Amino acid sequence: MILSQFIFVPLAAAFLIALIARKKENFAAVICMIASLWLFVNSIIAFFRLPEFGGMIMKTTSGWKIPFTIPFVLDNLSAFMLIIISLIGVISAFYALQYIKHFTGKWNFFSLFMLMFTGMNGVVLTGDFFNLYVFMEISLISAYSLVAFGTESEELEAAFKYATMGAITSTMILFGIGILYSFTSTLNMAQVGEIVQQSANKKVIFLVFGLFITGFGLKAALVPFHAWLPDAHPSAPAPISAMLSGVLIKTLGVYTIVRVFFNVFGAPQVVLTILMLLAVLSIVIGGFLSIVQWDFKRMLGFSSVSQIGYVVLGFAIGTPLGILGGVLHLFYHSIFKSLLFLNSGAVEYATGERDIRKLGGLSKDLPITSSTTMVGTLSISGIPPFNGFFSKLIIIIACFQAGNPILGFIAAAVSIVTLAYYLKVQKHAFYGKKKAKQILEKVPFTLKAAMIILAVLCLATSIILIPSIREATVQPIVDTVVNKTQYIDKIIPYLGSI
Amino acid sequence: MHNRYPNEGMSLIVKTITRFTVWLIFLFGLYIFLHGHLTPGGGFAGGVIIALSYVHLTLAYGRNYVNDVLKKSTMHSLEALASLLAVLVGIIGLYAMGHFLQNFMGVGQLHHLLSAGYIPVMNMLICVKVGMGLYLVFYYLASYHLEEGK
Amino acid sequence: MTLYLMCFFLFLVGVYGAITKRDLIKIILAIGIMGYSVNLFLVLIAYRSGALAPILKEGISVPMVDPIPQALVLTSIVIELGITALMAALAIRIYEKYDTLDITKIRRLKG
Repeated sequence: MILSQFIFVPLAAAFLIALIARKKENFAAVICMIASLWLFVNSIIAFFRLPEFGGMIMKTTSGWKIPFTIPFVLDNLSAFMLIIISLIGVISAFYALQYIKHFTGKWNFFSLFMLMFTGMNGVVLTGDFFNLYVFMEISLISAYSLVAFGTESEELEAAFKYATMGAITSTMILFGIGILYSFTSTLNMAQVGEIVQQSANKKVIFLVFGLFITGFGLKAALVPFHAWLPDAHPSAPAPISAMLSGVLIKTLGVYTIVRVFFNVFGAPQVVLTILMLLAVLSIVIGGFLSIVQWDFKRMLGFSSVSQIGYVVLGFAIGTPLGILGGVLHLFYHSIFKSLLFLNSGAVEYATGERDIRKLGGLSKDLPITSSTTMVGTLSISGIPPFNGFFSKLIIIIACFQAGNPILGFIAAAVSIVTLAYYLKVQKHAFYGKKKAKQILEKVPFTLKAAMIILAVLCLATSIILIPSIREATVQPIVDTVVNKTQYIDKIIPYLGSI
Repeated sequence: MHNRYPNEGMSLIVKTITRFTVWLIFLFGLYIFLHGHLTPGGGFAGGVIIALSYVHLTLAYGRNYVNDVLKKSTMHSLEALASLLAVLVGIIGLYAMGHFLQNFMGVGQLHHLLSAGYIPVMNMLICVKVGMGLYLVFYYLASYHLEEGK
Repeated sequence: MTLYLMCFFLFLVGVYGAITKRDLIKIILAIGIMGYSVNLFLVLIAYRSGALAPILKEGISVPMVDPIPQALVLTSIVIELGITALMAALAIRIYEKYDTLDITKIRRLKG
């Protein structure tokens, strides 16, 4: 397995687009599609070939031994995240082929898209704290630019807000990394974990916990840090909204929280309690703020805050069942939230309108968009047999099993609230009285195809719950997260000297 | 080079002094990146200094003159090409030696100009990338026409 | 220790500026100050009084400065350069659209 291909293929594609496609615009889309398909195929191969290598592949850059160089580590969790990133990436790129027809400077879009891809793949693969920060900044800088891609006043404002908050918390993360380095004299994640877990006097680590929870919590849009998300995600072009809401907050937020606090620091109880509190706050506040929104995409943004709360709640419970629910909801949410953002993009493309009060009766005019939105609605609000039902059910059961019935009741209640605000969209936008003369343009082919693929996946991914398939796919990921020392133990033998 | 835009930029005194100093700044940038593997400095620092020499020229002569010296589209292409080649150097290391970004050239002797494997090559590529990129950032930031007190 | 505390104070100055100032340019500068304080912190970690530059050579037994934080500082300076340039560009475009740099008047997003 060549691990560095997940970094250099999108990076080279981004620069190739910048070199060639400035003059020939059609090449941009072609290069972008080839690169993301390549990554998709290879991430699936990587996931299924991982057991051959004993569950973990470790490759160093520049051929030195570990503490002197940056390792790329592929374990089950990383491979799973790679699949999510490239799946949503491929579909968003395909959707974007015709969606961004009206924008100027198309090659910029695809180049930044590939850079964001690079950053997220790097965050998932790296085994080094500072490298994590660098890749995080790569994907964030491209995300800031992509949010402002339309250069309307609202988009610029949202991008500036996002950039300010992102920059402040990135600085906090760097500060935390500096404290960790001064405490452990290394940046390698496994070595840091070993030293921190064995040291007796580790009061200073709590400062690092605080800085990291603030930093990664803002990237994940947990509630006290969520203010940027409902502005930034709706302002981006629809395929980028799907990428941001579907993947970016999960890689930069949830994945890093899981990797840093579960695998490196061994899931200390104080962190789990704080995360649980933040998660419940996100579920409730995100859910109730969504009800009052009339802007379709803005409502989806608040809904993301609520749903990311479910994911973090699953992980923060800390039992294997809860983590299973978290992993599954992470995967399923990336599918149905991307689908819903692509739907909102299609509605905006066809009618030029995002306010659901000004829409009505779209189910006749846009049959495919309408039916796929229905699939997304049913999935996100947890109606069986769609996938969202199973992951939410597992999280709620895990709450009860872990002795937190109040959390379970809250999660179940907000699930009903979710159904309420999505049915509001259905009622006002797709059914009800038809407004005259609202369709400006037909929905093009690639938009329809991307939405149909995701809608089918909403149903098809439910089969992961079948026990034999679950054992082969999701269970190793849960084991990676649950087992507090496995990650460290597998990397420590590679340590060497010059 | 013949100046087709004599009325742009600053006064004659500034232009005359610039004619002497800009080459010194440019040469200093070249020196910094060429000795990046021996002394403090390197591709980024050298690239910033080279970008500053272009900024100097822009301030004194106006941006149209700089566009005559080195076209904007050429700068864009150079920037993308340099970063693409830097990635390629990493890939060559992967396929020739087995690890991404591994050194595949002779190490040479300590404190010699031609030594340290691919580091001078990377320094050069990064220098071009940073120099062109930073100048373009300056160019685009400076090319907004803001109207005061509207 | 005093140096570390002053470094942390500088960090807090940056946070204060980023949170309380209303001018976009001042916010960008405050974020820059936060970045500088973290860079200073990283350099302080590496510093040993009386130590040499970290070049391995035979026959040297004097303590050497830790080179890794210095490499980290260079990288983080580059990243900060990118973010500052991007935010300055955004601020200029916002000024074009809104004719002001005061964030209390830049409020077209609601909710």
